[in-house]
Amino acid sequence: MDEAAVRNVARLARLKITDAEAALFTSQLSKVLEYVEQLNEVDTRDVPPTAHPLPVSNVFREDVVRPSLTTEQALHNAPDRRDGFFRVPKVLDQESS
Amino acid sequence: MRSGDDSAEEVVRRSFDRLEALQSRYNAFLHRDRDRAFSLARKIDQRRAKGETLAPLAGVPIAVKDNMCTTFGATTCGSRILGSFQSRYNAHVIERLESAGAIVIGKTNLDEFAMGSSTENSAFGPTLNPWDATRVAGGSSGGSCAAVAAGIVPAALGSDTGGSIRLPAAFCGVVGLKPSYGRVSRYGLVAFGSSLDQIGPITTDVRDTALVLGVIAGHDQRDSTSVDQPAPDYLARLDRPLKGLRIGISDEYFGEGLDREVRDAVRAAIDLMSGQGAEVISIHLPHMKYGIACYYLIATAEASSNLARFDGVHYGYRTSRPKDIIDLYESSRGEGFGEEVKRRVMLGTYALSSGYYDAYYLKALKVRTLIKRDFDRAFERVDVIASPVAPTTAFRVGEKSSDPLAMYLSDIYTISANLAGICAISVPCGFDSQGLPIGLQLMGPVFGEENLLAVAHQYQLHTDWHTRTPPRV
Repeated sequence: MDEAAVRNVARLARLKITDAEAALFTSQLSKVLEYVEQLNEVDTRDVPPTAHPLPVSNVFREDVVRPSLTTEQALHNAPDRRDGFFRVPKVLDQESS
Repeated sequence: MRSGDDSAEEVVRRSFDRLEALQSRYNAFLHRDRDRAFSLARKIDQRRAKGETLAPLAGVPIAVKDNMCTTFGATTCGSRILGSFQSRYNAHVIERLESAGAIVIGKTNLDEFAMGSSTENSAFGPTLNPWDATRVAGGSSGGSCAAVAAGIVPAALGSDTGGSIRLPAAFCGVVGLKPSYGRVSRYGLVAFGSSLDQIGPITTDVRDTALVLGVIAGHDQRDSTSVDQPAPDYLARLDRPLKGLRIGISDEYFGEGLDREVRDAVRAAIDLMSGQGAEVISIHLPHMKYGIACYYLIATAEASSNLARFDGVHYGYRTSRPKDIIDLYESSRGEGFGEEVKRRVMLGTYALSSGYYDAYYLKALKVRTLIKRDFDRAFERVDVIASPVAPTTAFRVGEKSSDPLAMYLSDIYTISANLAGICAISVPCGFDSQGLPIGLQLMGPVFGEENLLAVAHQYQLHTDWHTRTPPRV
């Protein structure tokens, strides 16, 4: 990875990093990526991916309302709140970054 | 307590006394809950005085890793980004422990968001090893393992994503079990790698492991990955003898990089079991060596998704003067997350990003299939697989913290069990020439805990490593 890629990934992950971190992460992450390259030694043609170790899927329940968190409970740890909402800086009129 | 020699209040008091005496030395705990614990203890004593039957863990003081939500105290995950977060619900395992009468006395230290192998990545300082306070307790469940090793509590809960129960258990000379994936509900466990995480018990004795596992295991509707299969009575078949048992040994676990004293202790353990009538069979796990590479793509990818919720909006730390909503996210996360967490979130984001997804994440998922198949094939021929837990004994604080990759390689023997979803346990099997504990790893097939615990129990009946305690301070 080069530093531009690191800064781009930080942006995607919504992580503010310092210049020192950018430099450090570039070398550390590059080393890790180099290490994982060895996976290319493995022939995986016709091998299905395993995202999940158990053969469990489509675990549904009846679409019936059950007890959940109250509004008060959900807002209990809010850094900023108003009228039963979490308050944040304006979201509209943002340039997509 | 059943014999009347001790009251629950006495037992809890002794735990807290020991906790306070050792806290500044080992830093095992992040919070403790005296009032609540004493109140629960008194209720149990009252019930006992009335002659009521007590629940299986009544009055037993327990410590819980601080990545499991409790409505009492804070839940920090060893991070600044959760601020003073107080959960409004208890994790499933907490509910189960408490209905069995156990008393949670506090939350233990961990690597931030369970990311690490030493507990040096905690935002609240490392946890030190009760056998040698210049060394790490291991991680990420270092606090829980140190608390048990130091005799503060007889049992604790940890979580294991790549070895985070087994490695600190080995470093601290205690018993640590990672149950099969899906065996214990993850409801209320703060997610790191959702297809890898499991909660498990840490004790000094396999019988206690079986007891605690029986309390926490079982289906939970609130965790859709929890398996709809009732947990068996893990205590019932503990006394199954070793004779006729097939133990698999694979060269991949005994190669380069393994400390000689660790290798010798593990081989001696295998010889002992063979002497008791177990059959030792050579097996081959050809893809095991790709475990670390696989894991550091899959776990980090899952983590990048799971940790997206920590954004300064709903709870926890929020940056003080955000310019706009994007800055709120970026600065809260940049200021709140520690270095290792940032590294892994970025690695995972990269592995999932457009143009790299196939080469990294998808490739790793395919190699994971091959790792799992290796184990499936092996378990057709053997009942358990024996190996070391870690390539070394506990290393010194700071020794590996500047080289992330060197730290990652500590997990080389434990990590494949998480990728395959199988069960695995670490039991003490000796000490090195510095007096540091060495762990024996036994692995069993998915939902093979009964057999696995029986083997581990038999090993403990013929050895006394697990009865040794660190020098009393």
